[in-house]
Amino acid sequence: MELVTPSIGLVFWTSLAFICLLILLRKFAWKPILGAIHEREQSIDEALNKAELAKQEMARLTSQNQDLMQQARAERDEILKEAKTLKDGILNEAKKQAQVEGAKLIEKAKIEIENQKKAALAEVKDQVSSLSLEIAERVLRTQLDDKTKQEALVANLLKDVELN
Amino acid sequence: MDCNRVFVSKVKRLTIVFTLLIAFLSIKIDTFAQVDSAVVPVDSAVAESVHEVSGEHGAEAKHGKEKFEPTKVIMEHIADSHMWHLWGHTSLPLPVILYTANGLEVFSSGNFHHGEHDYNGKYNNYRLEEDHIKVVGADGKIDEEASKSILDFSITKNVAAMFVAILVILIVFISVAGSYKKRVGKAPKGLQSFIEPVIVFVRDDIAKPNIGHKYAKFMPYLLTTFFFILFNNLFGLIPIFPGGANVTGNIALTFVMALGTLIIVNINGNKYYWKHIFRPDVPFWLYPIMIPVELIGIISKPFALMVRLFANITAGHIIVLSLISLIFIFETLAIAPVSVAFVLFMDVLELLVAFLQAFIFTLLTALFIGMAVEEHH
Repeated sequence: MELVTPSIGLVFWTSLAFICLLILLRKFAWKPILGAIHEREQSIDEALNKAELAKQEMARLTSQNQDLMQQARAERDEILKEAKTLKDGILNEAKKQAQVEGAKLIEKAKIEIENQKKAALAEVKDQVSSLSLEIAERVLRTQLDDKTKQEALVANLLKDVELN
Repeated sequence: MDCNRVFVSKVKRLTIVFTLLIAFLSIKIDTFAQVDSAVVPVDSAVAESVHEVSGEHGAEAKHGKEKFEPTKVIMEHIADSHMWHLWGHTSLPLPVILYTANGLEVFSSGNFHHGEHDYNGKYNNYRLEEDHIKVVGADGKIDEEASKSILDFSITKNVAAMFVAILVILIVFISVAGSYKKRVGKAPKGLQSFIEPVIVFVRDDIAKPNIGHKYAKFMPYLLTTFFFILFNNLFGLIPIFPGGANVTGNIALTFVMALGTLIIVNINGNKYYWKHIFRPDVPFWLYPIMIPVELIGIISKPFALMVRLFANITAGHIIVLSLISLIFIFETLAIAPVSVAFVLFMDVLELLVAFLQAFIFTLLTALFIGMAVEEHH
């Protein structure tokens, strides 16, 4: 019977000790420990969520990068194509211009040649005329050595003038 | 609740093992007792003849042949004591504090000289009889009336052992709390990583599933209860000085723990809890039966807690001591290996029981709190 009869002393000391223990542990142990565990769990959760978000962001960025690459490639192709057409255009134009220019030059040259030819011809004519005048002069001089012949010529010339 | 089922099955298995062991022991002791009774007459006859032959040597011979009484030894250990037995004839005297009608009386239990001397206190003379302090009357005999009127608030062996356990708990948990402050947000280390899973277990597997979202308010009580019982159980398993006391196997301690649960549960009981007791959903003519039953239920739940812890721990101590006693009962060393093997087995089992009982006490407390604070529809 004694075994199952609580003794007042032990009841008193146990109550006192347990209440003190409860108060002390609550203040100095459970509060910081539970708080720290809770905080750490939250930070772990947060970190996991962040990792998940980062993964998604990475996937998004990768797909975006691919898109960008494709776009860039297409753009490059377009630019190349444009450049080619532009080059062809420029070449064609240059060719045309060169032809026109050439034609113009030829024309100019022709005109110059013509002019030169004319000038040369004129000079030739001049020389021919002066030569012929000289010749004529020499001929006349030789023919008009005597006075009679000179008078006959003058008379002749005068005759012509009177007729006019 | 899954782990609950596992534990229930474990408890069943344990009970079976216990029963088998106890059965084994009782058979052993029975057979031995029969042999003993046959032997004793011869023995006593011899003793008597020796006593007759040599007068003064007789007392010594009798002392040497002092019969070993396992029940007395075991009960002495199980019960509380005013001295803390260390080894051989050395005991640690503990303070005696008596509340008498005239005032407090404080003295050391060493004054009793193991109950051989009386102590003349300020108000009365005291005698230690079977570890109870009694008042000695003027005629030199124990005055039972006066003995009943004094209240014994002594620091007994159990109180001292409990203080040791509390000191250890405080040191452990305050240092663990310190390392949480030092290593904010980092992974636990050392003692911290040993304690943390237990705390998280109490929170996630005991408090949360049974109490629900209001669990945080009860965590300090549940954790303190769990570790207080656990540490006292474990200290009780240590056979030498700072341990060895049957603290959690004392009805007074389990009474206080159960009273704590009773108070916590009923203070936090909401209107649904009280409605369930005083206006249960039964036809009104059943009220005269239902209300008393529910009122008994309030008491019977903590009562079960009290008895469960007390009986489990006491039973463990009794079994270990019985097995050790076998050596002295048979008075041969040959039985020692068997005894030690069984004690080892029992100690390992008791280690499990120490955790299990702390767990069950806390779990049921959480369950009762959960029932009291549950919101209905």
